[in-house]
Amino acid sequence: MKVLMTGNEALARGAYEAGVLVASAYPGTPSTEIMENFSQYEGVYAEWAPNEKVAAEVAMGAAVRGVRSFASMKHVGLNVAADPFMSFAYHGSNGGFVIITADEPNMHSSQNEQDNRLFSKLAKVVCLEPSDSQECLDYMKAAFEISETFDTTVMIRVTTRICHSKSPVMMGERKVPEVKVFSKNPEKYIMVPAHSRKRHPVIEENLLKLASFSDKTDLNGIEYFDTKVGIICNGISYQYVKEVMGDQASYLKIGFSNPLPEMKIREFASKVDTLYVIEENEPFMEMQIKSWGIHCIGKDLFPICGEFSPELIREKLLKIPSTSTYENELQAPLRPPVLCAGCPHRGLYQELGKYKKKAFFSGDIGCYTLGYLPPFEAMDLSIDMGASITAAQGFQRANEWATDSQDTLKPFALIGDSTFFHSGITGLINMTYNQTPITTIILDNSITAMTGHQENPGTGISAMGNIADKLSIENLVLACGIKKENLVVIDPYNLEETKKAIKAGFDAVEPYVIISRRECALIKEIQIQRAHQKCQVNWDKCRFCKACIRTGCPALQINQEVNKVQIDSVQCNGCTVCLQVCPFKAIEKGGDLA
Amino acid sequence: MKKNMNILLAGVGGQGTILTSKILSNGFLQQGYDVKMAEIHGMAQRGGSVTTQIRVGDQIFSPVIEKGQADIIVAFEKSEALRWLDYLKPDGILIVNDYMIEPFTVSLGISPYPYTFLNEYSQKIKHLHVFNAFKTAQDLGNAKSMNVVLLGAIVKYLQLDMIDWPSVIQDQLPEKHVAINMKAFHAGYQQ
Repeated sequence: MKVLMTGNEALARGAYEAGVLVASAYPGTPSTEIMENFSQYEGVYAEWAPNEKVAAEVAMGAAVRGVRSFASMKHVGLNVAADPFMSFAYHGSNGGFVIITADEPNMHSSQNEQDNRLFSKLAKVVCLEPSDSQECLDYMKAAFEISETFDTTVMIRVTTRICHSKSPVMMGERKVPEVKVFSKNPEKYIMVPAHSRKRHPVIEENLLKLASFSDKTDLNGIEYFDTKVGIICNGISYQYVKEVMGDQASYLKIGFSNPLPEMKIREFASKVDTLYVIEENEPFMEMQIKSWGIHCIGKDLFPICGEFSPELIREKLLKIPSTSTYENELQAPLRPPVLCAGCPHRGLYQELGKYKKKAFFSGDIGCYTLGYLPPFEAMDLSIDMGASITAAQGFQRANEWATDSQDTLKPFALIGDSTFFHSGITGLINMTYNQTPITTIILDNSITAMTGHQENPGTGISAMGNIADKLSIENLVLACGIKKENLVVIDPYNLEETKKAIKAGFDAVEPYVIISRRECALIKEIQIQRAHQKCQVNWDKCRFCKACIRTGCPALQINQEVNKVQIDSVQCNGCTVCLQVCPFKAIEKGGDLA
Repeated sequence: MKKNMNILLAGVGGQGTILTSKILSNGFLQQGYDVKMAEIHGMAQRGGSVTTQIRVGDQIFSPVIEKGQADIIVAFEKSEALRWLDYLKPDGILIVNDYMIEPFTVSLGISPYPYTFLNEYSQKIKHLHVFNAFKTAQDLGNAKSMNVVLLGAIVKYLQLDMIDWPSVIQDQLPEKHVAINMKAFHAGYQQ
């Protein structure tokens, strides 16, 4: 019987069926659900690592020992894991080893649009690209066979539309291969120059064998229909192209994209009148095909930026523009993502926003990145995971040389608990050791929230549900060199306490850390605990000054009929931030309202 | 059922559009159809605009619906209908939950809420059905079952009675939620 699965669920299932015993990941959209699902299977070891480099290396160690293993991450996660990824290509594998990269054309929840197929070429490893959920399962199993046969890393590259679309999947049985023998072999496993110089030619030779395999494998399949138009495509583009062209074109669907099947491409090109290469983002296939002297149309017609759609293919290929049925004079209101009602970050930003003219806010990646938006506008820079503390340090050191109106800006670094574990710690060590007087605020909501509540070393539970010793952020901060008197822990639901801490942080002349601690309001247990805690507006006292509205809480609404503020009791969890900012004491704690 | 059908659900993060589409697409699968369903998880957990799209038929390639190609659009929040209206087929069905979640951009005066748009569109859209599924669910005792009230309405207006929906609901939901959602489904169907 077939079941509906997302690409991510099917990748996890494929890994399970392939007999994977060890897997590690760091959450990141759109890859998160791969490990969430894999960790649910019996008879596997699964974990959330503090970052992608750690995840990749754990999986590599397992593969060296002789079991099948994988690490999964979002596209930018591979940047973090790039060091082991590039090196381990020289080691080869022992048990099968797979890296899953989930790329984000159109950046639904990402900072850039990098096409990680280029990484497979750079590292000289195999790249596979499934185009629906069934292929996610099948390719995952094929990946381990290829990895073991050719002693290589296999990268599976998926995109948001593959990860988060559901389609029918036929499941199979799990078969766990015997754990392979591990033999000590320094020439293969220790990459000192003398060994690396011997390994590099082996990798080059291996690539030739893989190119020949790429020509033979069904993962690269030709479908001949009308041969006036021939289309080489990959991943989700294949689905869009089939949707639009049906049997009015012939297809070479590339599922094994590094190394490309040169012979198969030459054969296909010779049989069609006009050859198109349709791939999202970079002209990865097109550039190689053109380098072989084959004429094809690719990025002249199809954009590098953003994601494709059937409409886009129809418009570019058939010159049929898309039409709207209804011309809208009215517009839906802007509905950007927003800090949730009861979000602990709101109280902090409410006070921090008051310093926006006097401070430089170096931010990081998480729900709290939304603090850059009105009404707070308390974030001025966000580069990548962990950059808040390091970039704030650089800003301060440069500001010491500046002599303009900005030269008094006090740098604050804003970083979440999970991001601090990911790559904030080294920055804090550097900042403290080099005595840079910036103030770091660790926004500890005790979970990896933005990706949907994954465990991290601060939560006290492992990915497999085991109880673990919580890592103490206080101890970690002190160990990084922050003095005891320069560390304060606050509850951001308490605005007075928060205000005091920020003032102390602003005035500090030494490295200073504020831990702003309150659990994410959406954690199930917290929701149950606070289910009946609500605030309500006393309309006799409300003067409609909108001070509460300026906290940006989505539970606060304007009642147009009476020109007063009302609180949506479904969303409110009684955090009392609005109550504390109301100058007329018009907001009351409803207590335990049903 | 028609040969190929496109269903677009639009709402606000936290309203349960994903569960509704999960029940729908599993119903279609059990009936032997090819199904694809696309969803987009944006940043942050709540309050943003969300959409799930279901395509069903004998053989489906693209998981996403093109402009002007939705057989039905279901707006879980009133103004979300407007955001997706140009995806509706000329003779398509529009179900609007007469329930507003005003984004903070409205309260802050950045973006106006189109309070009256339904009056203006009621002439243009042939198959428009408006009701308050939130109130229906609340009256039944659990406001959160609003999404399954809307499911009932979808089944009714698309005439999907050939599928045994109560058994699909039973399969897809934890046991303790089945009873209330059965009631919600029937209430939606009777709208």
